[in-house]
Amino acid sequence: MTAGRCTAALLAAVLVCGLTCASTAAAEEAITEEYESISNANEHVQAQDDYARSQKRREITEHDDDQNEPPPSSSSSSSSSSSSSSSPPSKDYFKEELVIRPLSSGDIYASFQFQTRWDTDFFAPGKKVSHYRLFPKSLGQLMSKFSVREMHVSFTQGYWRTMQWGQPFLPAPPGAELWVWFQDSVADVDGAWKELTNVLSGIFCASLNFIDSTNTVEPTASFKPLGVGNVTHQRFLRYAVLPREIVCTENLTPWKKLLPCGSKAGLAVLMKSEKLFHSSFLSLAVHIRPVCQDWGCKGTAWELRQTVNVVFDLHTTGQGKREWSFFKMFSRTLTEACPLATSSKVYIDVTDNPQGELFELNPAAPSLTQAVVLGDRRTYAVYDLMASGTFGLLRSLNVLLRWKTPGNFSTQVDMLRPLLHGERYVAGYGLQTGEIHTLIYNNHPYRAFPVLLLDIVPWYLRLYIHTLTVTSKSRENKPSYIHYQPSKDRLRPHLLEMLIQLPPNSVTEVTVQFERALLKWTEYTPDPNHGFYVGSSVISALVPSVVAMDTIFPESSYFVRVYTEPLLVNLPTPDFSMPYNVICLTCTVVAVGYGSLYNLLTRTFQVEEPSPGVVKRLANMIRYLRGVPLL
Amino acid sequence: MGLLSDPNRRRALTNLLTRLNTPLCIVCYLAGVAWFMGLAFEPFTLRTYMSENAMGSTMVEERFLAGERALVTAREFAAQKKKMGGMPVDWLVKAMQARGLEVFTQSFSRTLPFPDENKERYMVHGTNVYGILRAPRAPRTEALVLSAPCTPGSSNNQAVGLLLGLAQYFRGQMYWAKDIIFLVNEHDLIGMQAWLEGYHHTNTTGMSWTPLEGRGGSIQAALSLELSSDIITSLDLVLEGLNGQLPNLDLANLFYAFCQKIGVLCTIQGKLQRNDWDSAAGYSQAVQTMLLMVLKQASGRPWGDHGLFLRYHIEAASIRGINSFRQYKTDLTTVGKLLEGMFRKLNNLLERLHQSYFFYLLPSLSRFVSIGYYMPAFGLLAAILLLRALDLWVQLGSPAPGTEDGLVDGEQPFGPGVLSVLTPLIISHLTGVALYTLPIMAQQTAVEHFPVSETEAVVLTAIAIYTAGLALPHNTHRVLSGEGTEEGWRVLKLIAIFYMAVLLGCTALINFSLGFILALTLVPVAAFITPHVPRVLSALVMVLLSPGSTLLFSIFVYQELQEAPITLLEGWNLFLSVISQGILDHNLYGSLVYPLISLLVYPCWLLLWNILFWK
Repeated sequence: MTAGRCTAALLAAVLVCGLTCASTAAAEEAITEEYESISNANEHVQAQDDYARSQKRREITEHDDDQNEPPPSSSSSSSSSSSSSSSPPSKDYFKEELVIRPLSSGDIYASFQFQTRWDTDFFAPGKKVSHYRLFPKSLGQLMSKFSVREMHVSFTQGYWRTMQWGQPFLPAPPGAELWVWFQDSVADVDGAWKELTNVLSGIFCASLNFIDSTNTVEPTASFKPLGVGNVTHQRFLRYAVLPREIVCTENLTPWKKLLPCGSKAGLAVLMKSEKLFHSSFLSLAVHIRPVCQDWGCKGTAWELRQTVNVVFDLHTTGQGKREWSFFKMFSRTLTEACPLATSSKVYIDVTDNPQGELFELNPAAPSLTQAVVLGDRRTYAVYDLMASGTFGLLRSLNVLLRWKTPGNFSTQVDMLRPLLHGERYVAGYGLQTGEIHTLIYNNHPYRAFPVLLLDIVPWYLRLYIHTLTVTSKSRENKPSYIHYQPSKDRLRPHLLEMLIQLPPNSVTEVTVQFERALLKWTEYTPDPNHGFYVGSSVISALVPSVVAMDTIFPESSYFVRVYTEPLLVNLPTPDFSMPYNVICLTCTVVAVGYGSLYNLLTRTFQVEEPSPGVVKRLANMIRYLRGVPLL
Repeated sequence: MGLLSDPNRRRALTNLLTRLNTPLCIVCYLAGVAWFMGLAFEPFTLRTYMSENAMGSTMVEERFLAGERALVTAREFAAQKKKMGGMPVDWLVKAMQARGLEVFTQSFSRTLPFPDENKERYMVHGTNVYGILRAPRAPRTEALVLSAPCTPGSSNNQAVGLLLGLAQYFRGQMYWAKDIIFLVNEHDLIGMQAWLEGYHHTNTTGMSWTPLEGRGGSIQAALSLELSSDIITSLDLVLEGLNGQLPNLDLANLFYAFCQKIGVLCTIQGKLQRNDWDSAAGYSQAVQTMLLMVLKQASGRPWGDHGLFLRYHIEAASIRGINSFRQYKTDLTTVGKLLEGMFRKLNNLLERLHQSYFFYLLPSLSRFVSIGYYMPAFGLLAAILLLRALDLWVQLGSPAPGTEDGLVDGEQPFGPGVLSVLTPLIISHLTGVALYTLPIMAQQTAVEHFPVSETEAVVLTAIAIYTAGLALPHNTHRVLSGEGTEEGWRVLKLIAIFYMAVLLGCTALINFSLGFILALTLVPVAAFITPHVPRVLSALVMVLLSPGSTLLFSIFVYQELQEAPITLLEGWNLFLSVISQGILDHNLYGSLVYPLISLLVYPCWLLLWNILFWK
């Protein structure tokens, strides 16, 4: 409640400031502050939601860590990183976990998370980090070379269906997304960004090298650092999305190589490409950020999170049956935890099945845990792979979920009403103009909350920003903060950021008209009639939680980021199969039309003397010879 | 280009053109008609071929087997429809949800400008139900549409059944790269118009609809399915859309290729292809097919639910199942396989269909006439107008060469003042405006004063204004400028001819068939009309060749080609209903034929009528 009230107060402040002093700088200041608060909250909530999925679980894991890890050595992080390899550095650990949630649509959502933490400082002066144990060296070198403070990259195939699946643990837009915060010591951010994208492109076998100034932006408020640090000026932030990027096994293989155990042991053995890509949604992600070493935050540690979020469509793969097992989903079973991991767990969401009346798990879960995830209290069955009893006699774990009622799951595919969701489409017809409609739904019955909308539109759609309208409940809804950076042809995209207050239980529609530019003929893609992509809008918000609060959570809101679908827009396209005809035709037109007209215009016309007869000419010749005037 | 700058040679050329003008015109006309008729002759046409590589040869095997189950669903749907006395919306929503689709509904309402007596509707309320099958690998950027209209009565239930059957089968497949939208639209074209306007959030015709809640990105192609029988003997492909727009020829090729592969009899315009092109019967079949296409295209109306998609640059066609009691029977499984094959091919598309032709005529499904082949037929007709204009120009210029400029600036004390030319122009256009606006505006008054229904009132008002136009303008210039001069009508005719040339040229570029049919009747009138021809006879000929009569003739020809000849009285009734349909098409879907005829073609023809009565 407090965060919400604070936000509202700030909103009012922003509004008043924007109206009275008309200084965007002040407004920006205010918004930055506010969003720092949001992002701090976000960081906090995400830290709790996503990593350990609950305060309780975090405590448990902390507890586990204490048990499993050797006690911290007395030497500081710098000494440990520079110490010789004879004594293994103890300042890093690796945790893996898999969360499986049966979705109400009948699909299965599996979320892998591999977390590596390393108490070291890449940027300590006069010292080079060269000894790597669990942290992948390729990424570590990248961090130190380009002075990266925080890096988030995701590759996604398919679109997260919020209306059917609810909120994902980690949202990602279709295609590739990359956002990076650089250290404030970096002088040439654009140069570093350019090199970084090229290096990442090599690491992940992806087309990240297509990121250039035409699709890079510096959002002012939507993407705040998730780790510790004090740099929040967007000068050091770069954000880019490649909506067209297609994700395939060639991206998964390098991704798996970053894991300490590779795909040889642990949860990663489940990630077989032919099954992962046979799914409705697949998102690979790598997140690196600095975190506190301890609760006192005396030093920073580096945290690498590698996640795979995948949704299996049981309808198509399960022949209409609703039951699933590891073997059915992944065509593998688990036999061991990664030997390098300090924690390796499988969580299965059994919230809908508190007394076990709907389905049963086989083998039965050794323990249950509760957590508040994304504002919702969930119950998880936990399988700890470090425990010896988990694998049973067969030395393999194949969790099987069997429904007690042989239900046909297609009967309960009613749409969810997630508190916040957005969609986007292009309106109009013809190839000259169009209109982008973004719909943002607030399905909360009585709470209004603000959202930040970030729109990046390529330059070849020329936005008519004066046509921007925001309407909620058929009334104009004035955004309290608008940051608009116009595009420059062939240089940079449009960037539009708005802070909009969503009334409770409403649909807010943001529309803006655009004109389609005619590209130069070399600028068309090889398949111009496919259309051109416009990346997803990003809606970031602190959404009021619906869960009754307990003492552990003082906030009543949680941070949600929603990506809308990308757009496919057709531009006026010449007929490329006809250059020969065009050349012939224009040449003919020029030769015949222009030539004759030019001829007519420049020729001097004069009345021609009738030519004299032969006799007269003869007479004249004689007269000429005689020297008398001619006739 | 010494030809034009050399006065002597220019004179020789103009002399030749003026001397041989009439024979040249006649030759051009005959050549134009002959060229057009030759288009249907097989050796002159090209064989159709698939241009789009993504839809080329395939190793796909069609596996749809649930034809019988689709029939059961169709019966269930029919029962529900009967029970509800209309579209069973809830049942459809449940049925689609049970098949694993995301289901949405859209309700719409529309009050027609006047009651549609053919379909007996005036205030239309309806609901469209559509389900989206989300492609697993695509981020909602592209979609394909399969639609089936829910029509009153017992027709088209099988199409809905098959649509649901296909939805169930498609849901079980993993290979979809584009979302597939299964749409059941109520009130055929009105529902489709509402859905398309909702999908693209435009409002071109003033219909009210609720906004759509689910979308699938930009629609790449659409197929509309109409089946009215459990067993069909052949499938008919309908291509003609709004304003004579046609889908890309590759869509027709795709249909033909799959009919060949699966072994289904396929027809176009309801005519089966014949193999004996060299016989008279074979040629006549091809001519009939092509003429039917020309007539349908010229009408500018959507001949199936697909017709409205074309405005949004979505390639679309209707597939109509026909039970004509032939020997050869096809069951729903086969039709389902055909659609499965077509959708899988469309699913493979990397780009919108753009490789093949958008302007074509089809004398049969395997042969086509491209724009490069048919345009000369129109060009020859249009050349007559230019020849005539040249002749007039020379005639106007010959007595006093300086007066050529009199056309442009009316300041000169030159025979026909600007007024005498301008007045008929304005009056005929005002008549056109009256013809366009009055029928609908005055329907209330007409109903109050005459014992007619609203529809009859509209149509009869239109005909009354049309006929009144014949009497109006030719009497006016006499009042204004006294006796009409010889130059006067020449200038007017020159303007009228140029006007017509531009008008027909533009029309033919957009809708060849309409341009050609209008040229066929209007060009002879324009070429040979003078005040000096026998008046009564010429007036009769002119009326017979006016746009209205062209419509009447076209109806008879169409019925003849459909092998459903009608009597004169039936023809007249049909004529009346066609006029009302034309006005409705304009108001409901934005068809441009009625405004084109009433605002431009008819005034142009009135100018010629004016010349006949010049004096």
